[in-house]
Amino acid sequence: MDASTTPPAIVKFDNVVKKFGDFVAVEKADFEIGQGEFMAIMGSSGCGKTTTLRMLAGLEDPTSGDIYLDGERVNGRATWDRDTPMVWQSLALFPFLTVQENVEFSLKMRGVGKAERAKRARKWLEKMQITEFADRGINQLSGGQRQRVALARALVTEPKILLLDEPLSALDAHLKVRMQAVLSNLQKDLGITFVYVTHSMSEAFAMADRVVIMSRGRIEQIGTPEEIYRAPYNRFVAEFLGSANIFDGVVGAATPGGHMVAYDGGEVDLPASELLDAKTGDKVTFMVGAENVDLAPTDAGQDGLAATVVGEEFLGATATVFLETDDGQELKVQKSHAELKAVKCHAGARLIAHWAPSACHVLPGEKG
Amino acid sequence: MGNENKLINGWLMLHIALCLIFIFAPIAGSFVFSLNSDRFPSLPLGEFSLDWYRAIWNDPLVWSGFGNTVIVGLIVAVIATILGFGGAYTDYRYNFFGKSFYLALALLPPTIPVVIMGLAMLAFLSRIQLSGSTISVVIAHGVMCSPFAMAIIRLRLSQMDPDLEAAAWNLGGNEWATLRHVIIPFTRPAIFAALFITMAVSFDEFAVAWFVSGLNETLPVKILGFLQGQVSPRINAIGSLAFLSSMTLIVLAQLLLRNPNEGSK
Repeated sequence: MDASTTPPAIVKFDNVVKKFGDFVAVEKADFEIGQGEFMAIMGSSGCGKTTTLRMLAGLEDPTSGDIYLDGERVNGRATWDRDTPMVWQSLALFPFLTVQENVEFSLKMRGVGKAERAKRARKWLEKMQITEFADRGINQLSGGQRQRVALARALVTEPKILLLDEPLSALDAHLKVRMQAVLSNLQKDLGITFVYVTHSMSEAFAMADRVVIMSRGRIEQIGTPEEIYRAPYNRFVAEFLGSANIFDGVVGAATPGGHMVAYDGGEVDLPASELLDAKTGDKVTFMVGAENVDLAPTDAGQDGLAATVVGEEFLGATATVFLETDDGQELKVQKSHAELKAVKCHAGARLIAHWAPSACHVLPGEKG
Repeated sequence: MGNENKLINGWLMLHIALCLIFIFAPIAGSFVFSLNSDRFPSLPLGEFSLDWYRAIWNDPLVWSGFGNTVIVGLIVAVIATILGFGGAYTDYRYNFFGKSFYLALALLPPTIPVVIMGLAMLAFLSRIQLSGSTISVVIAHGVMCSPFAMAIIRLRLSQMDPDLEAAAWNLGGNEWATLRHVIIPFTRPAIFAALFITMAVSFDEFAVAWFVSGLNETLPVKILGFLQGQVSPRINAIGSLAFLSSMTLIVLAQLLLRNPNEGSK
């Protein structure tokens, strides 16, 4: 993370640990979120992402470590004394109130007068384009409309930060993409910080400025979607992205630009910039993106890994081909249908998988 | 269902009809005879008459019993519902050591035979100089009715989105404000249902009231007194009215509980 490019922090987690009994839900969370930043916290269920968000909201207290909100330490401060509204996965709208009353709720709790409440709620209903439903009950709304009510209800106090806990997970694919656009534009429009928890990489990468990837309570990597995609920090992240081929290798003899690295099935000349300060004899793990692997027929004289096609996954314009070498190493290759046809790819076919050394990325988190 | 069996359906209908007849025939009989001019309930029926209703209308003993019943019922309904709400909310909100014991204890009273309950109440209340008054009936009925209120409100709370309360806190409501603006509005149908049901239970309860009421007898206790004194068709008239009041309360409660998702809006 490059501190010089991030805006002033509105949120700071300083060595935050959260335990439930013996279970460590969050293990040493240490990061900052900049003002006006769209930050996604991503991971599979039980990775600690929601606990992290709830600690920020004041719904859980950290076991140790400090949380700063807008420069102030907020440990132990109740959620109703923070202005950290949250959009819930279940939305948690009040079924016994109308749309407008739902939106007015937090103003009412803060003792804002009736006329002022109505005025401010109206403004947000308008902004979310749900004015016509103001007097309806929550049960009379569609999923997308409820989503907008939940956003209006959370934003009506004009907070500096909005927390979102998988708010789109219940929507169908089409509506999800539309709401992503709504959220993205809203965040740019308001210029406030969004902290967005999700298990979906496509949601996180589509909207967020930066992404925190968590697993089993640990933060595996923080970076922009592009940084993470191009340079996963460790095996977990590379595997999480789903389209990486991962190889374990040993650093060998020096070459003019770097070192040879020997791995199961071959050798590759990696530049020093990739290898960082690895020396001869060190173990390294590197990955090759599935889209960077090429296939050639066995008789083309191409150097590479000989492998057998075990299956194919259709992905619209491209397909992902799964291959296995004789040693059992699994390979994934993503190619267009025309390219696959050209090498006569079919289940059971023998092909040579090869790639340019520049396609290799060493996982810095796996060194040693 | 594609394989509905007409024979089985027919038997089930018959079974239900028989059950209903078995339950309601005596009540219906009592109702019919309450409108019959004859001194003794016998067939064929005499003339239609409202004499027995006129008789109880003019009977101060009936009025005092009815008055006691209504006062006790109203106070018990309020107390039992407040206690029941507290019990149900405690169960919803907190986890603590011995919670299952607490729940068992809170829901226990209806399982105790009423005679034992009545005796125990009498022994206890007379020791603290509270027996033989209207208050003693209120206390005894409060104990008996709270579990009903708790069960009804607990059911409603279990239908609540578990995030709802935390969402209200997160939106700036402290715990009291959230209780007032979220938990109570959400449970409102169940709260009213609990008021009606507990009132109906108190209204009908005889055994415990008989033990502890002393001279301030409630209507059911009065009815026994009437029966011991003389067999009069007035009993039928009182019974019909008591049945009608209880049914009204129960039906109101059922209506409130029928569609809980509607809320108050």
